[in-house]
Amino acid sequence: MLTKISEDIYEVPMTHRPGMRVPGRIFVSQSLMEQVEPGTIDQVANVATLSGIEKYSMAMPDAHLGYGFPIGGVAAFREDDGIISPGGVGFDINCGVRLLRSNLDAKDVQPMMSTLVETLFNAVPSGVGAKGRLSVSDQELTEAFLHGAKWAVGQGFGVERDLAYCEENGSMNGADPAQVSIKARKRGRPQFGTLGSGNHFLEVQRVEEIYDEEKAKLFGLYPGQITVMIHCGSRGAGHQICTDHLEVLSQAVNKYCIDIPDKQLACAPIGSPEANHYFGAMVCAANYAWANRHIIAHWTREVFTKYFPEAELDLIYDVAHNVCKIEEHQVDGSRKRLYVHRKGATRAFGPSRPEVPAAYRDVGQPVLIPGSMGTPSYVLCGKDHALDVTFGSACHGAGRIMSRSEAKRTYAGQDIKSALSKQGVTVRATHPAMLAEEAPQVYKPSNEVVDVVHDLGIATKVAKLIPLGVSKG
Amino acid sequence: MKPYEYLEHTADVKFRAYGSTVEEMLQNAALALFNAMMDTSTVQAKEAWDVELKARDLEQLAYNWLSEIVFLFETETAVFSTFDVNVSHNGEWWLKATIGGERTDPTRHAFEDEVKAVTRHEFEVKKNDLWCLQVVLDV
Repeated sequence: MLTKISEDIYEVPMTHRPGMRVPGRIFVSQSLMEQVEPGTIDQVANVATLSGIEKYSMAMPDAHLGYGFPIGGVAAFREDDGIISPGGVGFDINCGVRLLRSNLDAKDVQPMMSTLVETLFNAVPSGVGAKGRLSVSDQELTEAFLHGAKWAVGQGFGVERDLAYCEENGSMNGADPAQVSIKARKRGRPQFGTLGSGNHFLEVQRVEEIYDEEKAKLFGLYPGQITVMIHCGSRGAGHQICTDHLEVLSQAVNKYCIDIPDKQLACAPIGSPEANHYFGAMVCAANYAWANRHIIAHWTREVFTKYFPEAELDLIYDVAHNVCKIEEHQVDGSRKRLYVHRKGATRAFGPSRPEVPAAYRDVGQPVLIPGSMGTPSYVLCGKDHALDVTFGSACHGAGRIMSRSEAKRTYAGQDIKSALSKQGVTVRATHPAMLAEEAPQVYKPSNEVVDVVHDLGIATKVAKLIPLGVSKG
Repeated sequence: MKPYEYLEHTADVKFRAYGSTVEEMLQNAALALFNAMMDTSTVQAKEAWDVELKARDLEQLAYNWLSEIVFLFETETAVFSTFDVNVSHNGEWWLKATIGGERTDPTRHAFEDEVKAVTRHEFEVKKNDLWCLQVVLDV
């Protein structure tokens, strides 16, 4: 039984399962709560059994069933008695979103949307097992693991200015390439600049509505403007790094006598060699993902310039939504260093945090929430209140409500494509079945999820972006 | 005996693969993994890949086997349809397999999903009347 603490906050009591060290907190509206599967609540409770967990095991408003942590799961672990778990990060390490604003008006771009989307589809390889236009040497890959987007800029992708507008400046500290296997390297070398498949996309959007003039102005957004959103991660390199270290950590749980309720929650004590090795490899994958999104943004700019020579696409921000970060937080009156795991959750820091880019320090960081193919995406702005409620975290998307197989049984890809076309959305994908799986109807309504974040005061709505053209794997 | 069955899972793909022997179970699990991505009847076994793995227990062996297939699929740019598996154990577990398939041809091989990885969530090997391997794939 869940306890309603207040509007949009439900508590999973410590009696939900044996071994819970803290209660769970699920941040959803009453109507979203009805769609949260019992398995998701169990996963919130499972995370609460892990050593050194601080305050609560949390799930954001887009919470749904995952493996290990639920999707939308957030948990912070104390440095002295906590753990690190790949189950709190996922296989697609630093899956994330970046948003570029343009100086173009939708009315000028819309007439040639199908040509533009087709060219983007060809310029940015996507789909199952996609290999990039770029294959790097082992040495270059090491540099990418160490320096992320900074490496990409050095290679001529993107510009120096972009770096200040990425979480961690696109280059997270602590990478240890020695902890990345030959297999992960082999998967990573040919895949730079690829989107992958599933829910990953490259989308041309129009700013539909502004909720907060002042913040929108600071982020450089205005109604009718064209924006571009890129959603993807660390590809095969990240998947293999997670696979490799899960094996090590599943042995570590025996070595350190850790009792885990789900094998995907394999973990090791912070500071142990196993935990350090995983963290060092995870940072490599995170940096790979930032370099990847940087390269994709570069090719996107090239395509836009081809059709609109005056086009300028500036980076608003780039956020990670599958990652573990070392952050300082105020807990019970004292400052603590915590390992914050966000699995399908976006950091949402307010103005008080030094991690927020200088240009946004007066208001807070942009929080980017992608919709699905036919539904709006949102730009929000992080608030300091989030630090007290969710360790500075918000949702990462709409959240699935229908399984992929049911989606395929229910919808035909071609029908989805025609329906979207009627709505004014041009879609290009490698295979129609992919469209059925990612149909707008298989996700929770993105506005409902975002409204909960806004109402809780974790992050406030700044702008609504609607899709015009989508390129998918 | 059905070789495998898919179960409902909101975000990912879950299946159970069966076999009267460990080998048969692992072969059927490989087929279930591949059929989650595409129709393996479109794959011709023109080339062969050899795999050798060892693990401390059967569960780890099964996990490594499926992860190896994901790795080969991506790095060899190949799709597979036949899996000839041999397993032995004396303290450690050993697997030797020959995988049949061909290089991926986008004009003939239509992918419906991409298996990113094999999760350990609810990963389980059981023996009742039959061997059964339960798997959740990250797609």
